[in-house]
Amino acid sequence: MLKDQDRIFTNLYGMHERSLAGARRRGQWDGTAALIGKGRDWIVNEVKASGLRGRGGAGFPTGLKWSFMPRESDGRPAYLVVNADESEPGTCKDREIMRHDPHTLIEGCLIAGFAMGAHAGYIYIRGEYIREREALQAAIDEAYEAGLLGRDAAGSGWDFELYLTHGAGAYICGEETALLESLEGRKGMPRMKPPFPAGSGLYGCPTTVNNVESIAVVPTILRRGAEGCAGVRRPNNAGTKVFAISGHVNNPCVVEEEMSIPLRELIDRHCGGVRGGWDNLKAVIPGGASVPLLPASQCSDAIMDFDWLREKRSGLGTAAVIVMDQSTDVIKAIWRRSAFYKHESCGQCTPCREGTGWMMRVMDRLVRGEAEIEEIDMLLAVTKQVEGHTICALGDAAAWPIQGLIRHFRDEIEDRIRGRQSYGVAAQ
Amino acid sequence: MSQKGPRGPWPQATEAALDEVIVAHAGGEGAGALLPILHALQARFGHVPDGSVPRIAQALNISRAEVHGVITFYHDFRAQPPGRQVLRLCRSEACLAMGAEGIAQDVRDRLGLAWGETSADGAVTLEPVYCLGLCACAPAAMLDTRPLGRVGSDALLAALAQGATGDDGEATP
Repeated sequence: MLKDQDRIFTNLYGMHERSLAGARRRGQWDGTAALIGKGRDWIVNEVKASGLRGRGGAGFPTGLKWSFMPRESDGRPAYLVVNADESEPGTCKDREIMRHDPHTLIEGCLIAGFAMGAHAGYIYIRGEYIREREALQAAIDEAYEAGLLGRDAAGSGWDFELYLTHGAGAYICGEETALLESLEGRKGMPRMKPPFPAGSGLYGCPTTVNNVESIAVVPTILRRGAEGCAGVRRPNNAGTKVFAISGHVNNPCVVEEEMSIPLRELIDRHCGGVRGGWDNLKAVIPGGASVPLLPASQCSDAIMDFDWLREKRSGLGTAAVIVMDQSTDVIKAIWRRSAFYKHESCGQCTPCREGTGWMMRVMDRLVRGEAEIEEIDMLLAVTKQVEGHTICALGDAAAWPIQGLIRHFRDEIEDRIRGRQSYGVAAQ
Repeated sequence: MSQKGPRGPWPQATEAALDEVIVAHAGGEGAGALLPILHALQARFGHVPDGSVPRIAQALNISRAEVHGVITFYHDFRAQPPGRQVLRLCRSEACLAMGAEGIAQDVRDRLGLAWGETSADGAVTLEPVYCLGLCACAPAAMLDTRPLGRVGSDALLAALAQGATGDDGEATP
């Protein structure tokens, strides 16, 4: 279990002051100028050495991402963009950070901005997060007043401006290049990569887009030292992680824990167990709505980290755990995912625009059992034709939950179709 | 001071009033200021009036089609003013697992509204939303700017009734 002194987010539940004074008492903004004084290379190497992997879902090493930024400017400015468009259904971790512990994010922005040569940072927060926007803006204003942002930020000699902008209710703007398009005032339609944002991002300038949690943990990692990062249970999956557990558990919660904690330990210790006991478990979506589900048979020894879940053809994603007990109609649950992705597809790529609707309509019939057995394989084939054939990952995200469903619950789909057919025969 | 949901009555969207908002937020040419302008228009008038489209296009030197495209792309921008209160119910996984479907059905029946409709007296608009990020407090809803967790249909209607009197029930911080 994560010890209290190893926690990075010391005010996740808002029990303490969220003001600058309160944040300072919890050790934030402590020696920021000295950390920056150690230089750009030291910071990037330290973040690399800590093994921090991006917390937004893909798990790309954060230090490596920062090192892609050009060392010398060719005349273009560099930008840091923080992705606070936390729209993945089931995910509610960044919200707690921004509302209750905003200064750790702001300090992280300054340090990360310096490490990538950026004098300006943008935080893009989703439109639905109104209280969080207010809390974060208040904290930014406070930091400006205290000289922690702006010219010679925090006495480090580095000029850094931080802006907060908000979206308007489009899930796709959480994709990094769609987010950049939206920041530039256009429709949030993802861009082709390459060029990657580090080469040509916001307004064609070198840009790095990071998740809120990835940036917010940096100051503490630097202060403790890369080696001091707690909770290395398995190599390549270091540090702590904020988990958000919802659905059929007795006590849904957001909690910071060690990476690689077993799923069962996470649920039993922090959430009071599965509703109706562990044996009542049917399936778990381990990382937000876009990753394939895990059936109960795999949950008993599931380990919550990037690599274990990838081996099991699921993913850690945003570590938003949605628990479903035996009362769940799992086919209908996945149908709703399909409906969501159809609703949120930006319409730019044909396989996604048409495919999401197609998949939703087949899923609709599977829910009611009004289908032929062969259509299960046909649906699987369609998901393969969408997956990997689109500019951004939304197409993949729409395909994976269905693939997971067919992989693990094919019997249930077939039973429903057969039940419907035999009922139909009997009725005649 | 926390921001309350705009509740009307909305000022007349005259050309002068539109231009005032547009000029205040336009920072030179290019689409960069488009979203801030649209947010500001919606905050002031409750919706993005049709008449604003050519004026924004003119101010930013972009095409009307681009402005229209952006307005219709983002779900938050409205073409019509909403009711005095906007109730948004989360329709996503975690909330549905906790019985949001039944609550939504009940609320719709009791208000007599379908998704996206405004009541005839202009008191309330009902909208679906895909995940409010309140999954650990499911089922969740948002009344204007106020997040509500672990709701039932009775609690939602009570919050609506309370909100109608102008008291949003939230202690001043």
